[in-house]
Amino acid sequence: MANLQAIVAEKFPEAEIVNGETLELNVPDAKWHSLATMLKDEFGFDNLTALIGMDWGDLLGVVYYLTNTSTWEMVRVKVTTADRVKPMLHSITDLYAVAGIYEREVYDFYGIIFINHPDMRRLFLRNDWVGFPFRKDYDANPEVNPVRLDHEKVDDVTVSYVETAPGKIEKRKVEIFSPEQFVVNIGPQHPATHGVLRLRTAVDGETITKIDLYLGYIHRGIEKLCEGLTYPQTLHFTDRLDYLSAMINRHALCLCVEKAMNIEVPRRAQVIRVMMDELMRISSHLLAIGTFCMDLGATTMLFYPLRERETILDILERTTGARMTFNYNCIGGVIADLDPNFQTDVKKLLEIMPKAIKEYNKVFTGNVIAHNRMDGVGVLSDPDAKDYNCTGPTGRASGWACDIRKRHPYGIYSELQFEEVVRHEGDSMARFKARISEMEQSCRILAQLVDQIPEGDICAKVPKIIKLPEGHWFQQVEACRGAFGVYIESAGGNQPLRVKFNSPGFCLAGAVDHLTRGEKIADLITIGGSLDYVVPDIDR
Amino acid sequence: MEVTTKSMPYGDWKDNEYIEGMVNELKANGVNVVVGSLDKLINWGRSNSIWPLTFATSCCGIEFISLGAARYDMARFGWEVARSSPRQADFMMVAGTIVHRMAPVVRRLYDQLAEPKYVIATGGCAISGGPFRHSYHVVKGVGEIIPVDVYCPGCPPRPEAMIYAIMQLSRKIKVERFFGGVNRQEKQQDFLKNHPLDKMTD
Amino acid sequence: MQDLSFITRWIDNFLSGTLHFPEWLTVTTECVLIGLVLLLLYSVLALFYILFERKVCAYFQCRLGPNRVGPWGILQSVADMFKILIKELISLNHVDKFLFGLAPFLVIIASMLSFSVLPWGNGLQVVDFNIGIFFLLAVSSIGVLGILLAGWSSNNKFTLIGALRSGAQMVSYELSIGLSVLTMVCFAGTMSVSGIVAQQEHTWFIFSGHIPAIIAFLIYIVAGTAETNRGPFDLPEAESELTAGYHTEYSGIHFGFFYLAEYLNLFIIGGVAALLFFGGWMPLHIPGWDGFNACMDYIPSVLWFLMKAIAVTFVMIWFKWTFPRLRIDQLLAFEWKYLLPINLFNLVLMVLVITFGLHF
Repeated sequence: MANLQAIVAEKFPEAEIVNGETLELNVPDAKWHSLATMLKDEFGFDNLTALIGMDWGDLLGVVYYLTNTSTWEMVRVKVTTADRVKPMLHSITDLYAVAGIYEREVYDFYGIIFINHPDMRRLFLRNDWVGFPFRKDYDANPEVNPVRLDHEKVDDVTVSYVETAPGKIEKRKVEIFSPEQFVVNIGPQHPATHGVLRLRTAVDGETITKIDLYLGYIHRGIEKLCEGLTYPQTLHFTDRLDYLSAMINRHALCLCVEKAMNIEVPRRAQVIRVMMDELMRISSHLLAIGTFCMDLGATTMLFYPLRERETILDILERTTGARMTFNYNCIGGVIADLDPNFQTDVKKLLEIMPKAIKEYNKVFTGNVIAHNRMDGVGVLSDPDAKDYNCTGPTGRASGWACDIRKRHPYGIYSELQFEEVVRHEGDSMARFKARISEMEQSCRILAQLVDQIPEGDICAKVPKIIKLPEGHWFQQVEACRGAFGVYIESAGGNQPLRVKFNSPGFCLAGAVDHLTRGEKIADLITIGGSLDYVVPDIDR
Repeated sequence: MEVTTKSMPYGDWKDNEYIEGMVNELKANGVNVVVGSLDKLINWGRSNSIWPLTFATSCCGIEFISLGAARYDMARFGWEVARSSPRQADFMMVAGTIVHRMAPVVRRLYDQLAEPKYVIATGGCAISGGPFRHSYHVVKGVGEIIPVDVYCPGCPPRPEAMIYAIMQLSRKIKVERFFGGVNRQEKQQDFLKNHPLDKMTD
Repeated sequence: MQDLSFITRWIDNFLSGTLHFPEWLTVTTECVLIGLVLLLLYSVLALFYILFERKVCAYFQCRLGPNRVGPWGILQSVADMFKILIKELISLNHVDKFLFGLAPFLVIIASMLSFSVLPWGNGLQVVDFNIGIFFLLAVSSIGVLGILLAGWSSNNKFTLIGALRSGAQMVSYELSIGLSVLTMVCFAGTMSVSGIVAQQEHTWFIFSGHIPAIIAFLIYIVAGTAETNRGPFDLPEAESELTAGYHTEYSGIHFGFFYLAEYLNLFIIGGVAALLFFGGWMPLHIPGWDGFNACMDYIPSVLWFLMKAIAVTFVMIWFKWTFPRLRIDQLLAFEWKYLLPINLFNLVLMVLVITFGLHF
């Protein structure tokens, strides 16, 4: 890191270097692309972990978090512009593939145009939307943007702002689909998209030639809502983001606020949190493999995992009182103490899980049709996984050891014995098997903790009004679908200036086009099912 | 006339006044015996065969899957024939938040359903916008864009609540009349007149 | 075993003898009567199958299945039928109205025609002519026309893809069905349905034809599953890919026709399997066990036929709820690269078996 600082200071004298939790570089836009190239090529920062649009009132800008995937060091880069009428920054899509979808999100919310980005369209909002909702001066009057019942015009042409010479920017039209292409609209209401995702798919016979992704059919503006609420009030949104890893998401936000406030969470609460996270992970993977099999046409295989999932939901329900949106973690610990039968229930679960997993393998995994459908379909290579920031079981099935529980351990994970499931095939079968192995590992974690829950407080003492000092914090956890990050920027006070949920599903959705090129229509379903994105998590 | 389903005694329902009001309205003008028994037969068929459209936007959709699974098994009531094509479905369970971009799609799906069609607004989000009511991009209740027959509160509602909601719908269907009278189609037409599509694009 | 042809003979005598109908009127009345009986049987069987499949799949999935409408839920599919009869028929813009309307009828007519040659019982067969099997193959392939038309006339990309898939699939698998049937026809030495049944009086073909017959049966049941567009070959209506495939745009009773035809085709495949491999309506006879054979003869022949057909279809339902769906290229490769060569080899094997008299 010191080496990096020295070289940056030497090569980019304009850059402002701040030493914080992570090394922070503030560079002017003109130098950003060359800095990014250097960071990627010379320092191995090959993964764009997060790209966060910001509005500081006077300045608009973007915050980047880059990760070196061999040392797991992070660097934060801040690029700003003072132009609020037509803000323009340079794109890094050519360096990091995932930036393509991230930058479109920032354009949609903040109106920041990215130079050299091949496709500058709105991503979440209708293309006739007025204004940029995440700007602080956005006019939220419902008359400006009423509920429209007409269908938005779908265009096959997009714009791109290309820098032809330094400082000279040209607006170009880019064709998405040519008129000769046979474009099938899959979604938003479609049984296999796991929610309301819309994929406009160009097909040649049964072969997919291109996919254009439309998001926002469940975009609820959660991040914007958070800016108007106090920190404890923002907590409940996390349960409704990726509702299948509700506990884990909420854990992330709590960790982030706790980090900002320097709260020490009691040991009992930490153990409970980890146990809940792992229960959540098992239940999520159960549903994931179930729906995946259903997408492949094996409907019966949906019902067997759901049977075990009900057992887990029972355990969670006895403690939290809810089946899906638990509202259990809180800042400083957890809200309620465990149910007295919790330990016996978990032990019972640990008894049935190995048998259940064996049964799934018997019913489905060994089936020859299942192998034919999944082997070698949608292969994601290791560099591509880093490039598209595909974390979680998807990334690990491609050979990228990206388990946040191992890389940046939080809570009590550093004390626990478990293996990081890494496979190398990178195809749909590997992703499926990675999920099954992860359930086994989660059971292992639960088995270690179930008799080791210490007595004590379940929640630390926290002030009645939670105020965060000025600053910014980024916290990642390993959610069921990958690394879930929470970014909080505070200007002091009890409300955040910006909350960003950096969801794993978003990046997975961004990789769909790459994975499906040249595959069959049926493979699109296989790939979608094996990535297992949850649409409210993508759209937020 | 006590309107109930096989699975639940009349006294256990929470809103019998409402259904009695409908029954009285139905009886007000008297009815021909033949048409009356025909109505009964038709309503028996309709109320016992409600096929859902597979439509879910968020959390409530997962509970809907649970509803189909072994523990809650909606197949017992004959609701498990979830059709993916709206032309073949009978009711639409609006499960989850409806946002601005989704609104025209929901409306189109509703228009594509074949008569008789029903809507159950499931969960806080579909009823009123729920926790996201103050967002710039959320429709404040699906009732703003399509006529709703049954509201099923919860966030998300438990599968039991969903069963109750669909049984309520089934009860509502039982007090319909094929020709005129208490005909929900008129109310539906009024609603659609008051909520026109802005402009047809295609 | 009882010969049930006395019923038909009695009706014939009653009409022409007692009522003194001229011959043309007798024939017309009989045709109308047969048509009505077939229609009734058709719908009752369809309702039974819908419920049967829902119950069977529920038990596979640790569920209960329909149990609220009527005793044990047996009226569930009746309620569904009432509902679907009075459901709105949506008329669509931008479709070819004539073809759109024609398609479901083609599908249902194809399966009804195949009904007529099935050997329902001893003496209960609508038409029995010397090329019965040939007729069966011919009419059952009309169904694919209906499906293609449905997909094409709906003016919808999903239905079109569904229809094209279905066309490719059914044309390919027709080959397998044809060849496996041909194998058995070789063995029987006749194409007449009654002739085939009569030949199995002592032992069913699946036993007397041993290895080649068993291979033919396996191929037949696989190809039959594909012919009826059922899982794991349900690509034309793959729910998770194409919403509802070729019948996406159909509503009300038009959709009902497709729905019925799907289940009836299932029954027909089961029925033909029973005819070719399990002796049609012939009871189970084991040579030498005379007492046993006599007992078996007391079970009515209609029941034998239905039981065999339902047993075969149960296996096909089992397939559907166990296996994942194939992909279109795998589906076609499976037919052309595996089933067809095996089938041709099997035909040769059967010819050898017959020539050298290696059968029982």
